[in-house]
Amino acid sequence: MMVLFSVFLLTLLVITAIAIIRTTDLFVAVMLTGIFSLLMASVFFILDAADVALTEAAVGAGISTVLFLGALALTGHNERSLRPGRWLAVPVVVAAALIVYATFDNPRLGDPEAPVHQHVAPWYLEQTPELIDIPNVVTAILGSFRGYDTLGEVFVVLTAAIGVMMLLGTRHGSAASPVRPASASNGLRHHLIPRVLGRLLIPFIVLFGLYVQFHGEYGPGGGFQAGALVAAAIILYALLEGEGPALTVVPLSTIAAMMAGGALLYVLVGLAGIVLGGNFLDYSVLLSNPVSGQHLGILLIELGVGVTVCGCLLSIFHAFAARDIH
Amino acid sequence: MALVIDLLSWSLLSIGGIFILIGGIGVLRLPEFYTRMHAASLTDSMGTILILVGIMLQSGASLATIKLIAILVFMLLTGPTATYALANAALLSGMKPGGSAAANGED
Amino acid sequence: MYYAASIAILVTMALALTRAMAGPSVYDRVLAVNMLGTKTVLLLSVIAFLYGRPDFLDLALAYALINFIGVLAVLKFFQNAAARSAVNKSAEN
Repeated sequence: MMVLFSVFLLTLLVITAIAIIRTTDLFVAVMLTGIFSLLMASVFFILDAADVALTEAAVGAGISTVLFLGALALTGHNERSLRPGRWLAVPVVVAAALIVYATFDNPRLGDPEAPVHQHVAPWYLEQTPELIDIPNVVTAILGSFRGYDTLGEVFVVLTAAIGVMMLLGTRHGSAASPVRPASASNGLRHHLIPRVLGRLLIPFIVLFGLYVQFHGEYGPGGGFQAGALVAAAIILYALLEGEGPALTVVPLSTIAAMMAGGALLYVLVGLAGIVLGGNFLDYSVLLSNPVSGQHLGILLIELGVGVTVCGCLLSIFHAFAARDIH
Repeated sequence: MALVIDLLSWSLLSIGGIFILIGGIGVLRLPEFYTRMHAASLTDSMGTILILVGIMLQSGASLATIKLIAILVFMLLTGPTATYALANAALLSGMKPGGSAAANGED
Repeated sequence: MYYAASIAILVTMALALTRAMAGPSVYDRVLAVNMLGTKTVLLLSVIAFLYGRPDFLDLALAYALINFIGVLAVLKFFQNAAARSAVNKSAEN
């Protein structure tokens, strides 16, 4: 029965993807991309991958839509029409058919005899209760067994945010024109009902983000999802009250400190492992009891990841939103 | 007693499902934007209440019920607000209720 | 009985998707996206109980909060676009 649900959702995904390609109005494409993220999150959930579904829902359907709309506010509505020629479709179709044919040799989804389930995965599943002793094996693998990869991911996010800042810059301070039309950066000021409700919701979103951050060892959650949720709360504030008040609450210097501070925390935890006698990112030496050391290490690096992701998303949002001047 | 709770929750779930289906059909077949908004928002709220209460009866008194109550409260708060904001934006941009779709201007 | 509710929700998601693709005006599409968001929250809750794992309800809660932000962002975008075209029109006159 679940297979039927997955097939149905995947069919809807294909229909959405075709609609995204065929439309020429970019706003419609952005809306359909939001729907694509929703359907993708549902598919991940049905496949029992809860952490990925949470990240896809928080980042893909919420924040990506806001960033795309911010970018769309700076450009036009309609796509430039390109006519590359019909013959270009032929090698693309041939390559796609070859790739699909090559996947026929893959083992079936979830096959217990597949090579990926034979070597490393059973070792992780068996060793997690002994070495790390947290219920969520995904967080154990992400934070501890493969902590080096997660360090790379944090630096990828940081580099992306730095790239956006270098391309778009920040136009605050002297560059902003002093006279602004009333409705430009006021957010949704004259809509009373969304403002009241938004203000009511923001503390709960931040609280839920903190819950997801620290609950990541026991259930779906972790640093990436929590950073996205807290950034979403502050973006909600910026949407409702306008750019100025949002930058008073969380100034750009704080955002920059968050971006760099999280990655720095991660590296410092790794170096602390060396200083205390173990390897880089070896958490067992952080405390006298190795299992507690693992818990402390995972907690600290997830905190670093969450802070960096939150700062990066906020800086990208402000980079787009600050350029929307008349 | 368990049978009564089971029957109650199953009937709530099925009635909630029927409401949601009605909303989906309404969004597709009603002639104009404001009428479609009626279909979407009313059946959303009602279907949410019925389905979530039905699940709550099945899960008894546990942490899951508290999370479900939180989801219910947030959906009931944000659903009508989003509808209001959407209707306000549509009205302010010039779309008048009561006309045909062609008279209101497509994008 | 969870299966019946989830089938109803999935069919409604398909119907809302049709409206999102075919809606003549922009607001129709925003309405369809909002409706899909709330249906996703319900689908996640029902399937979390189908799988017997009630601690997956965190996803439904997160999505219920994020859906609201997406709709408000769209409306702010429209408000700015309308204001900009109004300013351009008054600048031309």
